[in-house]
Amino acid sequence: MADFVSGFWNWYIIVLVVLSILFCWWLVITQSKKGQMSGEVKPTGHVWDENIQEMNNPLPRWWLMMFYITLAFGSIYLALYPGLGTFQGLLGWSETGQYDREMQKAEEAYGPIFNKFANQDLAAVAANPEAQKIGKRLFSTYCTQCHGSDARGARGYPNLTDNDWLYGGEPETIKTTIMEGRNGMMPAWGEIIGNEGVFNVAAYVQSLSGRDVDPVVAAKGKEIFATTCAACHGADAKGTQAMGAPNLTDKIWLHGGSDKRIKETITKGRQSHMPAHGEFLGEAKVHLLAAYVYSLSHQKKE
Amino acid sequence: MATAETYNYKVIRQFSIMTIIWGVIGMLVGVIIAAQLAWPELNVAPYFNFGRLRPLHTNAVIFAFGGSALFATSYYVVQRTCHVRLISDKLAAFTFWGWQAVIVLAVITLPLGITSSKEYAELEWPIDILITLVWVVYAIVFFGTITKRRVSHIYVANWFFGAFILTIAMLHIVNSAALPVSLTKSYSAYAGVQDAMVQWWYGHNAVGFFLTAGFLGMMYYFIPKQAERPVYSYRLSIVHFWALIFTYIWAGPHHLHYTALPDWTQSLGMVMSLILLAPSWGGMINGIMTLSGAWDKLRTDPVLRFLIVSVSFYGMSTFEGPMMAIKTVNALSHYTDWTIGHVHSGALGWVAMVSIGSLYYMIPRLFNQEIYSKKLVEVHFWVATIGVVLYIASMWVSGIMQGLMWRAVNSDGTLTYSFVETVQAMHPFYVIRMLGGILFLTGMVIMAFNVFKTVKGSTPAEARIPEPAMAH
Repeated sequence: MADFVSGFWNWYIIVLVVLSILFCWWLVITQSKKGQMSGEVKPTGHVWDENIQEMNNPLPRWWLMMFYITLAFGSIYLALYPGLGTFQGLLGWSETGQYDREMQKAEEAYGPIFNKFANQDLAAVAANPEAQKIGKRLFSTYCTQCHGSDARGARGYPNLTDNDWLYGGEPETIKTTIMEGRNGMMPAWGEIIGNEGVFNVAAYVQSLSGRDVDPVVAAKGKEIFATTCAACHGADAKGTQAMGAPNLTDKIWLHGGSDKRIKETITKGRQSHMPAHGEFLGEAKVHLLAAYVYSLSHQKKE
Repeated sequence: MATAETYNYKVIRQFSIMTIIWGVIGMLVGVIIAAQLAWPELNVAPYFNFGRLRPLHTNAVIFAFGGSALFATSYYVVQRTCHVRLISDKLAAFTFWGWQAVIVLAVITLPLGITSSKEYAELEWPIDILITLVWVVYAIVFFGTITKRRVSHIYVANWFFGAFILTIAMLHIVNSAALPVSLTKSYSAYAGVQDAMVQWWYGHNAVGFFLTAGFLGMMYYFIPKQAERPVYSYRLSIVHFWALIFTYIWAGPHHLHYTALPDWTQSLGMVMSLILLAPSWGGMINGIMTLSGAWDKLRTDPVLRFLIVSVSFYGMSTFEGPMMAIKTVNALSHYTDWTIGHVHSGALGWVAMVSIGSLYYMIPRLFNQEIYSKKLVEVHFWVATIGVVLYIASMWVSGIMQGLMWRAVNSDGTLTYSFVETVQAMHPFYVIRMLGGILFLTGMVIMAFNVFKTVKGSTPAEARIPEPAMAH
């Protein structure tokens, strides 16, 4: 009943469908009667535009057969599958039922393969070649759209191979990131500190990673930084992993490191979003993924 | 009254010439977006992105090229088979200028990103209203002319044109219902899965009535005329006409298999799509069998060849369509390039070829001038045919490969291919598809040249209306 607001629509559909198919049956049956199939083939006698005429050839038998077959198929199909209003069909098939069955079958067939790693330590999983192979496949399906086939990321999407972590690179932290997702939020400071403030802070931030900037401007920026930015990025500007505030003293720039991009980041702020995969993939798969991502920056140590 | 003794050929000449011009433009945009798919660097933001040019391509080829061809041929056929002039020259002229205005507005608004975002109905509400107006006047001119006919029977081509005009009016009005919030923005009257269903009820019947019924009208006039043979079976034309227009209207849900659309709706869409096979083929049989006794004409007459090959492509794509509507097949084909190939075997092979053949028939008669070069018509035929074959074959391979790669799984149940690997695998076929498109476009440019040379310096024809032959 779920699809209809009242029982009327249920019958409306059933009646229309049945009448329609009966109409087609009637059409082909009347047209394939003996009298229709024989007789002399001659023009009907109508003439248009000087020379267009019509013959009265009977309907080709193979064509009628084809029509019959599709009508028979359609009628049987509607008896077996849902189609006539709320009638579920003799097979009781439903789209969601098929989905659930297939998911269950997949779980039975593939579940054990993933589950056998679920209780192992992530570092151990990262060292297991079979687990690595599965992890890499999962990564190509679910992670490459943002982080790239080589996991080196792109502007706005972190590089996962460089051992520089926004939220922390411990195996368990990586797993939490994948399970629950992350929301990075840098507020917009343009209206609060003004154009000059942005100009000054941008110079100071660039000086932190050793760029050549006007020291007078940078000094002014440092004052603003201490009152405005240090709360998240830390007094030493090395970032705070607990809130995903990046380290500003290295040469890695998540949202672009040009003077223009840095000013844009300060002025307008940034919103970053890593989706949660826990519910979608299940913990066993995330476990394998986390171990794989961990291994990307720890291969030499193993 | 002197004009009552001649046919109104002026409006037909105008629509015919614009059909060729819009054909060249629409197919050129098609080639550009095909190139953008093969080489994404060709996207020039924001006005010439794929996302904005693609609706421009579909609108230009369906409504500008196909639409102008339908106006031209329906006005030609309805006059000649009713033995009467169009009821009003002024209203006919209004449909010409109104329709061209719609197209020019589309060419301006779509690259600007002004869109209702409904596929094949992207134009915003003020343009939708203009379309409605033009369409109502078109219906008045067409049916008005039918009522004034001097023969008792309405010729079969006019049934198809009539069904096309009436149904498109209904589809356009229902699907375009929207709440405007500004001159350039509106929101659909429907939401969620209802919106999707209304969209594909419209979308599939735009194929069924705009791109099929209307062009079957062309087929029913120009094939018997060019072949100088009687239509194969009057009875078949009645049966397949009613079965076709009756069944088509149900088939839309096959575009929404395995979605949030309720199961019963999907089943009905699939069943009716299958039943549609025989009614569709009725038209093909009537077209091809009309040639019985005159097959040799195919060797010497490139115009007839255009018409007959178009009907063959029609038969092929109306077999492919019901097959793709079967859920199990659809599970493989849906969202892949196979769909694109299917659409183009219908659009290039059927719709464009039958229009081209009809135009080659009409233009010498409209301008009272033999075609400038029959040789070039021949060249056009071969270039276009090879183009279509390259296009659809590359999309079949690419689409089926894509579908198979998407569903391939490893022994651990993970996907064998990442999405980008499927994109990479499709690249060579995208290049072949573009080459096919370039060939088809080249054919269209050859036609434009040939017609230009024919028309240049000619005097427009004034055809006297012949007395209808006596009915027996």
